[in-house]
Amino acid sequence: MTRARANVCAVFAMLALSAGAHGAKMDSPADLAFDARMRELESELRCLVCQNQTLADSNADLADDLRREVRTLARSGKSDDEIKAYLVQRYGDFVLYRPPVRRSTLLLWGGPFALLAGGALLWSVVLRRRQRLPDPTVVAGDDALERARRALDG
Amino acid sequence: MKALRWAVPLLIFAVLIAFLWVGLGRDPREVPSPLIGKPAPSFALARLHDAEARLSSDELKGTVWLLNVWASWCVSCRVEHPLLMQLAESKVVPIYGLDYKDKPDAGRTWLAQNGNPYTASAVDLDGRVGIDYGVYGVPETFVVDKQGIVRYKQIGPITAEALKDKILPLVRELQR
Repeated sequence: MTRARANVCAVFAMLALSAGAHGAKMDSPADLAFDARMRELESELRCLVCQNQTLADSNADLADDLRREVRTLARSGKSDDEIKAYLVQRYGDFVLYRPPVRRSTLLLWGGPFALLAGGALLWSVVLRRRQRLPDPTVVAGDDALERARRALDG
Repeated sequence: MKALRWAVPLLIFAVLIAFLWVGLGRDPREVPSPLIGKPAPSFALARLHDAEARLSSDELKGTVWLLNVWASWCVSCRVEHPLLMQLAESKVVPIYGLDYKDKPDAGRTWLAQNGNPYTASAVDLDGRVGIDYGVYGVPETFVVDKQGIVRYKQIGPITAEALKDKILPLVRELQR
């Protein structure tokens, strides 16, 4: 057996084992739904230590603590919005991957649309101006074509 | 019209450069604390040197104090430690420590070896109080006024400049 094949076999064996392990744990539908809800919530929250990772993805110690905190709050019956508010109160809007629309974030939310509108305006101006230009095929008269041909041949 | 052809892209370029220039000078790790101007989260934790007694934020009302979040495992805490020792010796302002996610034994040993600048330290074993204070990078230092309002937060080690230009002037102003 080649090495690559051996690796593939090992991967499949691991997958089979992990699937078995997963199946053995009796997760009730409510647990699964709670887990799904938590994962979704945590993927909208930023880890403050490794700033370009979500709380769900980060292995940082603080992310661990915050995940535990989020889950404890959720179990005590807090809604997603209340949990977000709890974290914003402590770490600021920066923890939210989707910042709220405020005056300070207006440029962030509106900027792309303003740029799009500007681009569309520019485009329409250029198009209109091009329509007003004389047709280039008409401009190239017979002697011009002749001269071009001579230049290419020569 | 001809001038506009040059002026508009040049203006856009200049604005872009200005934005990038400012952005270069900013430290993305420094997240502005939403706690500034708000009451310091209250806590009542076991004291590091007397586990029976508690250190509570309520008993500090009426004085200007510093809360320094530290830990024996924290490498950059060693950087600011000499400054904290100097500050403690000057007796300008009491420094209270929050031993963050640390084994109390390790914390006590660390202080015995390096010197103890703290009027008292509280033990935050599971980091819950740290979360209340929005701690995400030890060391962090908070300046709290007489009314218990957070007035300043230093993220990362205190530098000599930050101490001289920001923290000490602020403390003197608040003590008046």
